[in-house]
Amino acid sequence: METFVITVLLTLLAIVTVAIIRQRNMYSVVILSSVYSFLMASVMLVLDAVDVAMTEASVGAGISTVILLATLYLTGTREYPTARGTGIPLFVSVVVGAALVWGTFELPAFGLADTVIHKHTAPLYIEMSQKHQMPPNIVTAVLADFRSFDTMGEVTVIFTAGIGVLMLLSGRRRRDEVEVVKVTESVETFGDDVADENEPDGPNGSAA
Amino acid sequence: MKFDVILRVGTKLILPFVLLFALYVQMHGDYGPGGGFQAGVIAAGMIILYAIIFGVRRAKEIAPQRVVEIMIPLGVLIYAGTGVVSMFLGSNFLDYSHFAHDQLHAHEWGIFIVELGVLVTVAGTMTAMFYAFSERGR
Amino acid sequence: MELLHVFAQHYNFFITIFLMVSGLYVVIARGNMVKKLIGLGLFQTSVYLIYLTPAKIIGGTPPIVDKAYTVYSNPLPHVLILTAIVVGVATLALGLALTVRIHEAYGTVEEDEIFAKEGEI
Repeated sequence: METFVITVLLTLLAIVTVAIIRQRNMYSVVILSSVYSFLMASVMLVLDAVDVAMTEASVGAGISTVILLATLYLTGTREYPTARGTGIPLFVSVVVGAALVWGTFELPAFGLADTVIHKHTAPLYIEMSQKHQMPPNIVTAVLADFRSFDTMGEVTVIFTAGIGVLMLLSGRRRRDEVEVVKVTESVETFGDDVADENEPDGPNGSAA
Repeated sequence: MKFDVILRVGTKLILPFVLLFALYVQMHGDYGPGGGFQAGVIAAGMIILYAIIFGVRRAKEIAPQRVVEIMIPLGVLIYAGTGVVSMFLGSNFLDYSHFAHDQLHAHEWGIFIVELGVLVTVAGTMTAMFYAFSERGR
Repeated sequence: MELLHVFAQHYNFFITIFLMVSGLYVVIARGNMVKKLIGLGLFQTSVYLIYLTPAKIIGGTPPIVDKAYTVYSNPLPHVLILTAIVVGVATLALGLALTVRIHEAYGTVEEDEIFAKEGEI
C-alpha cells in the first residue's frame, strides 16, 4: 500500500516538473513550484519523515513562494526564450541521467530493512536515546542533542544568509541614476530590444 | 486587498491560532514532529500573512524592523551561549548533562533552550528577508 | 519480467533521477535567472529524496519512540535533510536578492540581454 501511494505521488511530481520546465509565465512557474513542494511534503510523509514533511510544507510551499512572488514583482514575470539552442543542455542532461540510472541498478530495493544504512549509526541513536532518557522524538534528540554542534553550524548559515540578504537589499536605492542610464541606453543602443518588448508577442520576435 | 472584508476578518480570526500552532510545534517538538525550524517558519508566516493583508507598515508596528534584525544574531548567541554555559558547568561544549540533577530534565532543558535559539534566528531571518524584499518594491 | 520487477523496485530512484536531470536542464538551458533558481530548487529537492528514500522501512513507523512499535525508519537522514531545507530557502533568498540587484543594475534578468549590455559597455 505504501509503495502504491508513493508511486502515484512520485508520478504526479514528475508531471508537475515537466509543467514547470515548459511554462514560460513565471507566476505560473512559482505557483507550480508551490504545488511541487506540497507533493514533495506528501512523499516525505509517506517515507516516514514527518519532521521533514512539516518543514517542507511550511518552508518550501510557504516562505519560498512568498519570496519568489516578491522577486517577480520587482523583476517582471515573463521568461523569454534564449538565443542558444537546447541541444547541448539536453545532451548533457540525458548523459548524466543515463549514467545515474546505470548506477541505480546496484542499489538495494526500496523499503528493505536489512540494508547497510540501517545497520550502522541509526540503531545506536535509537538505543542511546532510550538509554539516556532523551525525548521520544528521535529526530529532535539527534538534532538538538547528539549532533547539536552540527545544528549550530546550520543556524550560523541561516544567520549569514539573512545578513547577506539585508546587506544586498536594505541600502538606499539609486533610483535616479538607474533611470537616467536606462533612458539613454534605450534611446541610443537598445532601441531595437525595447521596441520588441513593447509588442504583445515580443518574446518570439526578439528570439529570432 | 485592503478593503476586502472577508480576507481582513478571516485573517484576524486565523492569526492567533497560527501563533498558537507555532508555539505548540515549538514546545511539543520533543514528543511529536516539530521543533525550532518549523516553529520559526510558521511564526514568520504569521507576520507575512498580516503584512500581505494589512500592509507592511502595520506589520512593522507589531514586529518592528529593529527587533526582527536583532533577533537574527540573538538566536545564534543563545545557541552558542548554551554551549559556553555547559562548558562552565564542567561538561563538554553543548553537552547538557549538568543542567539539572537527573538526565531526563537536563536533556529536556538543554534541548528546550537550544530550540529556542533556533526559533529566534529562523523567525527573525525569514521576517527580515520578507521586509527587505517588500521594502525594495516601494 | 525480471527487468520489470527491478524497475518497480527502483521506481523511486528513477523519478529522483528524472527530477535531478530536469533541474540540471533548467539551470543550463534557461536564461531567466529566477527560473534558474527554481531549477536549482528542483535539483535540491531531488537530493532530499535521495537521502530519504533508503531511510524508509516498509512496515516501519516514524522515528518517535513508543512502546507499541519496534521498527523505526532511520532518523539520521531526516535530521540532515531537515536542516538542509531551511538552509536551502535561506540561500534561495540570497540568490533572489542578487537577482533583484542585477535587475536594478541592468534592467533585465535575462542572461542574453545582460551579456549584450556587458559587450556594449
